[in-house]
Amino acid sequence: MSFWQIVLVSMPRLLNGLTVTLYMTVFSAAVGLLLGIILCLGRVYGNKVASLLSTGFIELIRGTPMLVQLFILYYGLPSYNIRLTPLLAALIGFSINSAAYQAEYLRGSIQSIGIGQMKAALSIGMKKWQAVRLIILPQALRRVIPAWTNEFIYLLKYTSMAYIIGAPEMMAQAKFVASRNFEFFKVYLLTAAIYLSIVWTISFVFSYFERKLRIPGTVVTER
Amino acid sequence: MTKVVLKVEDLKKSYGRNEILKGVSLEIKKGETKVIIGPSGTGKSTLLACINRLVEPDHGRVLLEGEEITSRNACKMRQKIGYVFQDFNLFNHLTALDNVRIGLIKVQKLPKEEATRIAIEQLSKVGLSQKVNLYPSQLSGGQKQRVAIARALAMRPKLMLFDEPTSALDPELIGEVLSVMIDLAKSGMTMLVVTHELGFARTVADEIIFMENGIIVEQGPPALIFTNPQKDRTKQFLRKLTELYGEEKNK
Repeated sequence: MSFWQIVLVSMPRLLNGLTVTLYMTVFSAAVGLLLGIILCLGRVYGNKVASLLSTGFIELIRGTPMLVQLFILYYGLPSYNIRLTPLLAALIGFSINSAAYQAEYLRGSIQSIGIGQMKAALSIGMKKWQAVRLIILPQALRRVIPAWTNEFIYLLKYTSMAYIIGAPEMMAQAKFVASRNFEFFKVYLLTAAIYLSIVWTISFVFSYFERKLRIPGTVVTER
Repeated sequence: MTKVVLKVEDLKKSYGRNEILKGVSLEIKKGETKVIIGPSGTGKSTLLACINRLVEPDHGRVLLEGEEITSRNACKMRQKIGYVFQDFNLFNHLTALDNVRIGLIKVQKLPKEEATRIAIEQLSKVGLSQKVNLYPSQLSGGQKQRVAIARALAMRPKLMLFDEPTSALDPELIGEVLSVMIDLAKSGMTMLVVTHELGFARTVADEIIFMENGIIVEQGPPALIFTNPQKDRTKQFLRKLTELYGEEKNK
């Protein structure tokens, strides 16, 4: 079959898989963001217990391969009579994994802000959490956008791992189409092209937001 | 009798085995301006930070208008104490206007219109009515510090603490900040100022406090301290400052 025939034959399935891939990525990135903020604030500003719990969770997740986590969720939990669908196992796995990484990106960003902002906020009578919400986070979240772009792109590509536990994402569909037509090279090349185009779009969109949300007067070099 | 605004009693603070404050006591009456001078690392900034509980002292008491400041009421009490930092610490993501009114809106819970009115009024007082919509990074150092002063004043504090407010500024920008501070002192604000600006001290201070190694070495009216200091160490330090900055003229 010619390349274009392959495109025609495999596109419906690949696009079908792509919607699952995108859904998984956006879902895990969003849940990961929310959880990540909580974990990070717990680690940086929480009391001893919150800080210890958050740090422990982050280090546990970062310290183990994502595949192991997926296998524990999908193949391990049934031993305790918890049966997750492949998609659900993947969503949970990617979300907590991303949360751990996003928490650390945000922590770095918070630490780059400098103690003076917190001192100034407290000095006008703000409570600690008010200062975090109104002064620290709005600045830290802006600074973390480049790292998020990375995280989002990682997630998009890492979701391909979910095919191993049978989630119907793009890579699973690609493998199916490729083996049925014995056109591994062309189908996987096409799959790679789709990933690439999505990644480029994401970088473009995120850098647009980065520019739009930038604090006026804070950029030294602009290309 | 004039009301005592700030009373500091035997304040002590150590970091590990390093004792920064070794028992400092002082008192400021309403409308007074006191200036603390002294070499770096002698606890001047720590003293200010302990007064509004940004740093928790190990020992001693701080009373604002007779009410003791504790870690429990710190949030409430800090609203009554304006604090101006050496490196401005303006909120970088907010415009000058928002920097000044955020405390009014979020802490004092004033309606937005009223907060805006007060903020613009304060910014005008420090000569920045044309800059309300600029962000900190679009302002010069002197302008930033004036916004910071407006931010503190907007909360209508009983007392203003200044922690070397001009030390991070270019020589040319120091004047604009000092003139705001001089006006403020003359308007009857109660102020405690850590600074090396002897001209400012001479002009407005009711008392000069010379601190070294965590204690008050000497204190007294500027005329006395500058012309006839009693302690050798004070003499030495003042000579150093004069060598460094040149002879100050009485303004």
